[in-house]
Amino acid sequence: MTAPGPTAAFRLTDEQRDLRDAVRVLARERVAPRAAEIDRTAEFPWDLKELLASQDILGLPYPVEYGGLGADLLTTCLAIEALSAACATTGLIVAVHELAALPIVMAGTADQKTRWLPDLAAGRKLVAFALTEAGAGSDAGAIATRAVRDGDDYVIDGSKRFISQGSVADLVTVFAVTDPGGKRHRNLSCFVVETDRPGFSVGRLEHKMGIRGSPTAELLFDGVRVPASNLLGREGEGFSLAMRTFERSRPGIAAQAVGIAQGALDVAARYANERVQFGKPIADFQMIQAMLADMDAQTEAARALLYTACAAIEAGDGDAGRWAAVCKLVAGDTAMRVTTDAVQVLGGYGYVDDFPVERMMRDAKITQLYEGTQQIQRLVVARSLLAARR
Amino acid sequence: MLAKPVPDTTGQERLGPDFRVDRAASPAVVNANDDYALEAALKLRETAGEGSVTLLAMAPATAPDTLRKALAMGADSGVLVTDDALAGSDTLSTARVLAAALGKLDYDMVLAGADTSDGGTGTIGAGIAALLGLPYLSYAARIVPGGGRVRVHRISPTGFDVLDSPLPALIVATQALGEPRYPSLKGIMAARSKTIQVWSLADLGLDPATVGGATSTTRVLRTQAPPPRAATRVVRGPADAAAAELVTFLAERRLI
Repeated sequence: MTAPGPTAAFRLTDEQRDLRDAVRVLARERVAPRAAEIDRTAEFPWDLKELLASQDILGLPYPVEYGGLGADLLTTCLAIEALSAACATTGLIVAVHELAALPIVMAGTADQKTRWLPDLAAGRKLVAFALTEAGAGSDAGAIATRAVRDGDDYVIDGSKRFISQGSVADLVTVFAVTDPGGKRHRNLSCFVVETDRPGFSVGRLEHKMGIRGSPTAELLFDGVRVPASNLLGREGEGFSLAMRTFERSRPGIAAQAVGIAQGALDVAARYANERVQFGKPIADFQMIQAMLADMDAQTEAARALLYTACAAIEAGDGDAGRWAAVCKLVAGDTAMRVTTDAVQVLGGYGYVDDFPVERMMRDAKITQLYEGTQQIQRLVVARSLLAARR
Repeated sequence: MLAKPVPDTTGQERLGPDFRVDRAASPAVVNANDDYALEAALKLRETAGEGSVTLLAMAPATAPDTLRKALAMGADSGVLVTDDALAGSDTLSTARVLAAALGKLDYDMVLAGADTSDGGTGTIGAGIAALLGLPYLSYAARIVPGGGRVRVHRISPTGFDVLDSPLPALIVATQALGEPRYPSLKGIMAARSKTIQVWSLADLGLDPATVGGATSTTRVLRTQAPPPRAATRVVRGPADAAAAELVTFLAERRLI
């Protein structure tokens, strides 16, 4: 597949611009005023979830035939970016809602899609993505949760850890071992588990550094019985399905990171114009200007790479995995750097919660950790780079 | 319903060399009060379960992009009257043009915002009603149609007057009718395929010599900015300390 030309990445369509601007208005007027409280109380913002549902934002990436907007990857990322600039937790709601349904969209039969997608597209139900376990983070091949065939059903036993929105989801896409003796990476299968099935329960909720409004849960499967019609794709296809999911979900996290960075930059720039020391706004001092300039340049670069990656992945680029990894890598590191510098620009005021930058810095860190650590992203990029030049 | 693109009040407003609003200086948005009228119109359509909401605007030819947001909120279609001769129109001229446009449309109600954020005269609704001989129901806080008539609660200094009128009628909306909805994303996407008819003065059968800037009965002679504010003192800090500081300040000036 050919890479997109320069115009593809740098020109949003009128429709993309309109959708982005509409989400920006909501982010500014309805999300931003709630952000500090969401962080302080560490409560899932059900009111904002309802807003995202009623405004069709949750339905953005879902196929039109199931009630979604059929938006492309870039458009979904524009929405995540705009929301995350105001509140990383709220941006994550859209990102998780896209991520967790991808296995259904990519591998589901028409019947399975009809069963689950309409409620998700309308935002009536929430979905979570359950791959990670206590002993299987970067090493997804070490997953131990089992799914054993029993007649027309599968019985699932095991536990998942660090599952975003796992405690508020109505459905979970769960990855479990169906072939214990089988080859690594060929022994996993993906199931949809409705969370009201007997045997499913939520264990601990993590107390986190950032994105504190997003519940991060341990999920326990104690003899959870699901019909075989809840299997997505074929047995053994789970790992490859997870990898294909990441191609479209990692840009969502990159979008969250770019949004966080932009939000922090905006606060820092405004503060620099207002804060007077030594008789002048600190924006007049070159050290401040240099920091802000670097923050701006890096955010812009991360954004441009994200948009290019989205266009490439949407166009079916043969190396979509590399695009997803490289944009998430750059965006995550950028968000951490920009938010840290934003705290620096605000000085002492940056360290206290009267201003949002300390929260943004705490929120930024997760973008270097989840959806594949930065180290995993580097492995993906290096492998792709070196394979091409062998 | 009447919609007017105006300069975004959060942007840079500028007056051109002829002391008129420089509409190219900042992006246009639909006048905020018109959004309240639109919201009222949409609610009326939803309650009735039928009917359509049509935007009517007299504006420069770039207006369709601005009107898209109103279409995204749920208006069904739009009519834009645009003509170079209309640049610099005063309110009488504007009312004449819009009245002529309404003469070519079918309607039960014409809804208008209370005033615009750029001109601020608040007279277009009344002018149109007078020209068309429509009942003029102003400053509506409630609109209840039924049986070919409409009942409007008009805000008065002491509360409400309740007006009962036959239809068609012209109603001036207020913010009391309810907060305008955000356009949903589906609404935004649907707006692209909604029609905005564009009419010129010729389509309305109006002679350009009788409307527009050339016939304006007012002329802007001069504008000036308000004088700069004198040095102000801002009292910050925790409420108790700030209150004490304010009390001292007022007492020193024998104001309390």
